[in-house]
Amino acid sequence: MNGESFLFTVFALATCLGAIAVVFSQTVVRMAFWLVISLGSTAALFFLANADFVGAAQLLIYVGGTLVLLVFGVMLTASGPYLKIATSPGEIVMGSLVGLMFLFVVFASLNGVDWREPSAAAIETGNPVVATGNTLRPIGLSFLGSRPDQDLTGDGDTLTPGYLLPFEIVSVHLLVVLIGAAYLARAKRRAVGPG
Amino acid sequence: MTADLNSYLFVGAVLFVCGVVCMATKRNGIGVLMGVELVLNGANVNFVAFSRYTDLGLDGQIFSLFVIVLAAAEAAVALAIALNFYNNHLTIDVDRANKLKG
Repeated sequence: MNGESFLFTVFALATCLGAIAVVFSQTVVRMAFWLVISLGSTAALFFLANADFVGAAQLLIYVGGTLVLLVFGVMLTASGPYLKIATSPGEIVMGSLVGLMFLFVVFASLNGVDWREPSAAAIETGNPVVATGNTLRPIGLSFLGSRPDQDLTGDGDTLTPGYLLPFEIVSVHLLVVLIGAAYLARAKRRAVGPG
Repeated sequence: MTADLNSYLFVGAVLFVCGVVCMATKRNGIGVLMGVELVLNGANVNFVAFSRYTDLGLDGQIFSLFVIVLAAAEAAVALAIALNFYNNHLTIDVDRANKLKG
């Protein structure tokens, strides 16, 4: 077992066990903690897969941003410490059974497909960017509309459309979403009592 | 367990199934949101794995970046809705959201 396999095993186990612990813990703060473990290990898996920029973005946006947002949501909606809205045991057993069957189906279909093999072929076909793992500059260039890693038109010109338009759309989308979220969240308290 | 394409896909499948079960069984609204995050992360693992182990190139990584950004936007809106729900019902239990029941 080489170093990459060892690290992959460690982080894959941390990811899966964290996700399972999220399902089975009852207090929402503990769920947030296990979610941090799971998402952080996922970022480590991204680093292992040579996706350094995506891993860094995962750490910054997910673990640093989205989870803090979720924890704030927990704090703003808890009516007491260790708020517990318990799922009944029967529902947990039922959910686990259905989940296990679903997992079995997904595993079986994953094993049934012959995925195209792998990075050696990718290097030969002229895409060494991903294999070497230095992805920051190519990703930034592709957001600006140039694809240095792939010659899409086949004439040696890397100035292809790239991802400029989706990038702009997603930026405007993010702005609209943040304005909408702020508008929704500042609505007046109109308590009607528990019921 | 070696780091090849199928191992990454298995990890993604486990994340996806955990997220679906979390969404289906949790009664806390924030817990349902965490299930959504797990599902999106499973998809991200698959994207990055295909980007690494096939000749897909950078496209998979860029798609996973879009997924991350849209997940952040989704979490913001969903939390705003959850806060509004809490303001109106003084609880975050999704089983109490039955005003639309006929």
